[in-house]
Amino acid sequence: MSQQPYYVPESSKLPFAMAVSLLLFIIGASNTVIDAGTESNSYLILLLSFAMIWVTMYFWFKQTIQENHAGLNNPMLKDSYVYGMAWFIFSEVMFFFAFFFALAYIRNFAVPWLGGEGEKGLANMLWPGFEASWPLMITPDQAVFAGPEKDMSLATAYNSGGLGGVLGWLPLWNTVFLLTSSLTVHIAHLALKEGNRRKFNIWLGMTLILGYLFVFVQGLEYYEAYAHYGLTLNTGIYGTTFFMLTGFHGFHVCLGAIILTIMLFRSLKGHFTADDHFGFEAGSWYWHFVDVVWVCLVAFVYVM
Amino acid sequence: MSTVVETHDHGHHGPAKGLSRWLFTTNHKDIGTLYLWFSFIMLFIGGSMAMVIRAELFQPGLQIVQPEFFNQMTTNHGLIMVFGVIMPAFVGLANWMLPIQIGAPDMALPRLNNLSFWLLPMAFGILISTLFMPEGGPNFGWTFYAPLSTTYAPSTVNFFIFSVHVMGVSSILGSINIITTIFNMRAPGMTLMKMPLFVWSWLITAYLLIAVMPVLAGVVTMMLMDINFGTSFFNAAGGGDPVLFQHVFWFFGHPEVYIMILPAFGIVSHIIETFSRKPIFGYSSMVYAMASIAILSFVVWAHHMFTVGMPLAGELFFMYSTMLIAIPTGVKVFNWVATMFRGSITFETPMLFSIAFVALFTIGGFSGLMLAIVPADFQYHDTYFVVAHFHYVLVPGALFGIIAGAYYWLPKWTGNMYDETLGKLHFWLTFISVNVTFFPMHFVGLAGMPRRYPDYALQFADFNALISVGAFMFGLTQLLFLFIVIKTIRSGKQATPEVWEGAGDLGLEWTLSSPPPYHSFTVQPQVK
Repeated sequence: MSQQPYYVPESSKLPFAMAVSLLLFIIGASNTVIDAGTESNSYLILLLSFAMIWVTMYFWFKQTIQENHAGLNNPMLKDSYVYGMAWFIFSEVMFFFAFFFALAYIRNFAVPWLGGEGEKGLANMLWPGFEASWPLMITPDQAVFAGPEKDMSLATAYNSGGLGGVLGWLPLWNTVFLLTSSLTVHIAHLALKEGNRRKFNIWLGMTLILGYLFVFVQGLEYYEAYAHYGLTLNTGIYGTTFFMLTGFHGFHVCLGAIILTIMLFRSLKGHFTADDHFGFEAGSWYWHFVDVVWVCLVAFVYVM
Repeated sequence: MSTVVETHDHGHHGPAKGLSRWLFTTNHKDIGTLYLWFSFIMLFIGGSMAMVIRAELFQPGLQIVQPEFFNQMTTNHGLIMVFGVIMPAFVGLANWMLPIQIGAPDMALPRLNNLSFWLLPMAFGILISTLFMPEGGPNFGWTFYAPLSTTYAPSTVNFFIFSVHVMGVSSILGSINIITTIFNMRAPGMTLMKMPLFVWSWLITAYLLIAVMPVLAGVVTMMLMDINFGTSFFNAAGGGDPVLFQHVFWFFGHPEVYIMILPAFGIVSHIIETFSRKPIFGYSSMVYAMASIAILSFVVWAHHMFTVGMPLAGELFFMYSTMLIAIPTGVKVFNWVATMFRGSITFETPMLFSIAFVALFTIGGFSGLMLAIVPADFQYHDTYFVVAHFHYVLVPGALFGIIAGAYYWLPKWTGNMYDETLGKLHFWLTFISVNVTFFPMHFVGLAGMPRRYPDYALQFADFNALISVGAFMFGLTQLLFLFIVIKTIRSGKQATPEVWEGAGDLGLEWTLSSPPPYHSFTVQPQVK
């Protein structure tokens, strides 16, 4: 096998197109946030950049898939894609780490110190009378950041409705959906390895249904928060950490679901064989990764 | 012998013609060249900003620029030198040398490699353009502490934030490519512990980059949300904490410091063994030392913020963990010295820069040890002593490593020997001016001159005049370097494949012709 040379692609216009797309992204995104609230068309540049990113990615992936189908990829090159995906997921892990780190620091140091506890409790003189608690319902300066009326934690759900409250607690159902979907995507993978295409499509389809259900319920939860809980992005540090952590996770679930949807279409088109399907496998790794992040979210954002 | 040509009709006959060669290339050497030239251009842009700073500080009082513009100069000088000069130069060297040193045909993911490069001119183009916007560019220091960079920032901070995102994407993709190349593409027989030290240094650096660049993306995202969407990460009124910014930033920032020095360790190790005509002393301890430095870099970040008000236990922990880093670093310095000990040393330009690296980097290391001591740091914090410290590790450290590497490998890249006389002249002018510039900063810093101000008390005037003279001398000397590089590309004595006497045994790069063929190892060599 090592006789087949490593395929080094010809020069390609795609990376440069992607770089130009991201240049437009910087210009569009920056101007959009700067011009927010005024009449301005800068969001059109942002939308254009998104379109260009998608189109470039489409052609880029199409080309790599065609190269693989043409037999250009030797085993070593296939390993390169495996390494690449694994390290990409590691970078995503570290992105979430930054936000979990922020949450841990806020809960264990910043808020208690503001409340006068601990070695740096001197900070309490900024807002005398402020009391530390978590979830933080009353912020140090209520005039600037009015705290939420109700939080999303398991304890609150239980206290307000007992067992019924827990059953109506949306994150519980989302946990069920996402954990099950991790299992179904694994079954789909096993089916693909057996070469059972029909079974693969069915289980992958179920994974997708569960994934989109998760996104829907997450949307429902956000609606509840904004409409009935008084919990928004602007309600101090609880709302900030809650929405940023669950929001970035939800965004990654969407990405994972889009990836797996594309994999389903590819399978229906006849792509993938029992021993050559890394496109799908990479997608399933990503899916398991968002699942693990969710478990951490449930533990640190919702329960503890 | 099978070659890549057989499998592909278009053929790999050589580079494409004209501009499209550079825009669309997937060749690791072309991309390495792009990175190196980009970094060189940015060196002069960031350098001119330093010249503005030094011109203003030549005398006390305000003469040339307003404080607002002075702040933009210090900020952008730092950002450009860190993200636009040192890092891209190392990535350029990695692109050129890694595939050759491990016997690979190219980088593992060549198209991704092109993207990693071209994102940089985009991001820096935008960043520099903010200087010409009505509100001016980033003015909050290269560490962009909140709330200076959030509540009190000009609206152009948003351009800065998205540019940093794109720089981060570039670094992450580049590092994924490098790690994949090193793990997957080594020639048969090249076990991990037979890899050249430059390859090792980059494996560890790339790991650090993938680990911390997303954290930087996270912290600028928090800024973006605080500025535009009403969150309160860094606003105590909502229960957040501006100090949180510093923690997250330095969790990125400290490993970043080692990202900027580890590849130089690798380069200098090669050069010292070549010109001492002895294999490197303590190869495995060199590897373990770099790995230890990398691991420790994750648990020392708060030594950048001792004065911010941490619990005593935190100060002690970060003080001791920081001091611990002196041990693996000391191992490396002693190994370099032991390599030279009883070697048949000759002093070609790369060797001169490398010896200067060992001596001057050690000075930077010692002042770092002084800064690690909490009670002493309370005195030194945010003074010119800190400026002296990190310029000693970054200029005669990282930058000397890069320049040494450039001289060492230029004959390999171009096929021509550089002008040794001019190279030595470049070295001595650089060596003298770098010390004239940065050494007196220790004194004014210890005497209490704060950093990042456009003016200073009168008693610092003499030293500052001296520093400015040194800085201009240093800046002008680098034009000589530019001249030498261009001269070498255009003409010069034909270089042999091994270039340096006896280098043929030291690595695969010296077994290829000078310059190497467009595609280096289409068939992987066997390593014994």
